[in-house]
Amino acid sequence: MTQSSSAAPVRDRPRAVGVEDVAALAVGAAIFGTGGGGAVYTPRIVAEQALQQFGSVPLVTVGDLGPDDLVMLMSGIGAPTVGVEMLSSAHQIDLLVREAEQVAGRPITTLMAAEIGGSNGVGPVGWASRLGLKVLDADGMGRAFPDAAMISMNVAGLSCDFAVLSDVVGNVSVLKTVDLHWLERHARALTVASGSICLGVHYPMTAETVRGAVVEGTVSAAIRVGHALLSSPEPVAAVARELGGEILLTGKIIDLDRRTEGGFARGSVTIAGTGEDRGRLQRLELQNENLVVLEDGEVLVSVPDNITIIDAETGHAITTEMLRYGQRVAVLAWAADPIWRTPRGLELTGPRAFGYDLPYVPFAGVPTAGATAGGAR
Amino acid sequence: MSRELSIGVDVGGTNTDAVVIDETATVLAHTKQTTTDDVTGGIRASIAAVLAEIGEDREQVSRVMLGTTHATNAIVARRGLDRVAAIRLGAPASTEYPPLLGWPEDLSGLVLAGSAMVGGGHMVDGTPIAPLDIDGIRRFLDDLGSRDGGLDAVAVTGIFSPSQPEQELEVAELVRAHIGASTPVFLSQEIGPIGLLERENATLLNAALHSVARSVTDALVTVVAEEGLDATTFFAQNDGTLMSLDYAAQYPVLTIGSGPANSIRGAAHLSGTENGIVIDVGGTTSDLGVVVNGFPRESTLPREIGGVRTNFRMPDILSLGVGGGTTVDRATGAVGPGSVGYRIATEALLFGGDTPTLTDAATIAGASVVPGRTLPRQPPRVRTALVAGLERAHLLLADAVDRLSLGRADLPLVVVGGGAFLVPDDLPGAGPVVRPDHGGVANAVGAAISLAGGRADRLGPQEDREAAIAEASEEAIAKAIQAGADPLQVTVVDILETPVTYTDRPTLKVSVKAAGPLARLGERAEAR
Repeated sequence: MTQSSSAAPVRDRPRAVGVEDVAALAVGAAIFGTGGGGAVYTPRIVAEQALQQFGSVPLVTVGDLGPDDLVMLMSGIGAPTVGVEMLSSAHQIDLLVREAEQVAGRPITTLMAAEIGGSNGVGPVGWASRLGLKVLDADGMGRAFPDAAMISMNVAGLSCDFAVLSDVVGNVSVLKTVDLHWLERHARALTVASGSICLGVHYPMTAETVRGAVVEGTVSAAIRVGHALLSSPEPVAAVARELGGEILLTGKIIDLDRRTEGGFARGSVTIAGTGEDRGRLQRLELQNENLVVLEDGEVLVSVPDNITIIDAETGHAITTEMLRYGQRVAVLAWAADPIWRTPRGLELTGPRAFGYDLPYVPFAGVPTAGATAGGAR
Repeated sequence: MSRELSIGVDVGGTNTDAVVIDETATVLAHTKQTTTDDVTGGIRASIAAVLAEIGEDREQVSRVMLGTTHATNAIVARRGLDRVAAIRLGAPASTEYPPLLGWPEDLSGLVLAGSAMVGGGHMVDGTPIAPLDIDGIRRFLDDLGSRDGGLDAVAVTGIFSPSQPEQELEVAELVRAHIGASTPVFLSQEIGPIGLLERENATLLNAALHSVARSVTDALVTVVAEEGLDATTFFAQNDGTLMSLDYAAQYPVLTIGSGPANSIRGAAHLSGTENGIVIDVGGTTSDLGVVVNGFPRESTLPREIGGVRTNFRMPDILSLGVGGGTTVDRATGAVGPGSVGYRIATEALLFGGDTPTLTDAATIAGASVVPGRTLPRQPPRVRTALVAGLERAHLLLADAVDRLSLGRADLPLVVVGGGAFLVPDDLPGAGPVVRPDHGGVANAVGAAISLAGGRADRLGPQEDREAAIAEASEEAIAKAIQAGADPLQVTVVDILETPVTYTDRPTLKVSVKAAGPLARLGERAEAR
């Protein structure tokens, strides 16, 4: 993987993230959240405050990393409903990084978002600013996924040496699990014990191991998408264009079926077309994130391709928890990063991985210059 | 003789309206007066006008209800705000996010006397985060007391206090014991649901509005006393229910959305509609809302007020740039976004001006806007543009109705406001169009007919869902009675359930609203 996840042509990458980029990063990360990833407002204001106080954060590429660099993944895990009430402590991230450095036996130089989608895509910028670290222009998903095993390093065959969790009270736990499934299981149990919300750091990587194991360019892509959304008079079209994606339907939510199963928010949402789309009906299957779009009994898009429900006017992403009957929305889809379309990638994140007995049909989206999307619809 | 007349007053930014209604909620008198800077003048003029109209029946007035946007305006204009000490219970949790984070600096500078994040608070399952730091609270208050400016009010916000209310109550007692009972203490559990920063913000704004609210409640009491009315006074709140004046003085932030809420309920009542869509067409905008079982549908998205993010519930209002004064491009027929506003009487074509507006477009289509007045002759191109403009306005209105109708094309559409003629009787996607009498003072009518209500939230295990709903219902009903509802007639009117993930047991958040008609005189529970 040496290319950016989005089909957009390579542009001048920003070399730093400044305080003026945080709002755009948050808005873009929410789009990449594909319905999950948690609310971006609180990490946004705290990141803005950090950058205001400690200055811009160097945004580096995989190629910029040297032998002294140690990259680690940052993530918050837990229930968004709890996350809006029991916020993190001021020392939580310092405890986490200090413990990780002790376990690794060397200093961490670079932070990376485990997932660019949602709150996890925004937090690392603020923490890096406060700790004087760099941020890698990459993440482990190129979107949001509900399971720690659904991460690009896992596709690349890279194992996770250790993970550290810290909670709001100050408890710190080091986890050395045999694989990512056990990590997910233990991390969940610890998270519940910690009041349903934790911060975590895992997957220590060097300049060598990080190569080909991450989804590159996603921080700058989120900032670009965010700026496009915030500055365009037609934000919905601008976001779709920036992602090389497509608006599948514009309409309103006429049915919403939600339940909690096995710790996940599951359900479906039905959207009836309005305006030019009047008469059409789409159903989306949800499990924390948006997983499948169906129309007339046919699958239009499915995981691992990206599906985000956005506000039909403002273009802002709407997370699955914020969906409401009667909302006016557009269904946005764009192609997954190529790493997810590999056999191993599909095994981890294809429709069957989420319990849907459906073949994966790659979403082509709108062909853009330089993009060679696989498959046809 | 029965004493069943009510006066409804709506204090807006421009007009102060008043109505008198009887026990069947029939409008007996109505007026529109200009809002004055001191608020009292406008209230005085409007109440005097409707009382003059009903003559000797004034003896039968037993209630006066007021709705206002005054609190909103005070925040937006940064006017008359109190200095507040913010105490947050829950450290070390949440310390990455200090109080007033993200507030506009000019506002936080005015409002904040000082803040402390001390040990306390609870986790989602009720586990204490840390022991309550009683000494820390005392030290903070002592520090503040010795500083310049001091403090006018205290706001206390505990993590998960909506489901674990006792600790905030304990701290309120502690604060009163330490600095005296004359400084008001406000608790977040009384103000908003789960969502720490938004609830804390709302609690801080509420505390900062204390004096402003007192000035409006005093104005109403003054006018009622001047007129010698033997009437109980109430304030309207965001969800279309009423609260006692004392309660309004304690929770001014709950009045912030009362204007649109009253408008929706008033229009629904005047037209006899329990479920439907209300559209208030003004000079510059059309405001649409949905009435569900007689109450305004509420927005679930966080709302910003004066640049501060809050999460209390407000009516779900959709505003469109379509009003009587909205301009129509004379070449293309494009609609708005500009409006001639109150200058319509001189600038619109109908009144001899030279700006084509939607009022002119409606006149061409045959609407009788001002009886006897016809549109001066227009060049064919302008006529074509006006016809196209009206068509476009109808499309925008139909689209907005469609957006709010939840897929039901049979919901009645209640049309009120000065620009009501812009809404055709056969708007696509809308059910029967209803144009009630007195639509122009629907907001004051809405204030006059409001019920008393209360809301409560609970977090609990999914398997105890019914217990959680029962507990929240009990508390909501108690709050409604506290707000003046008749204990015999109060009922639960809304239950909202949200599942919580990442918990060891499936967990549910329930939010219950109760409401009921006001208790008859002499039976009203004593409000706090």
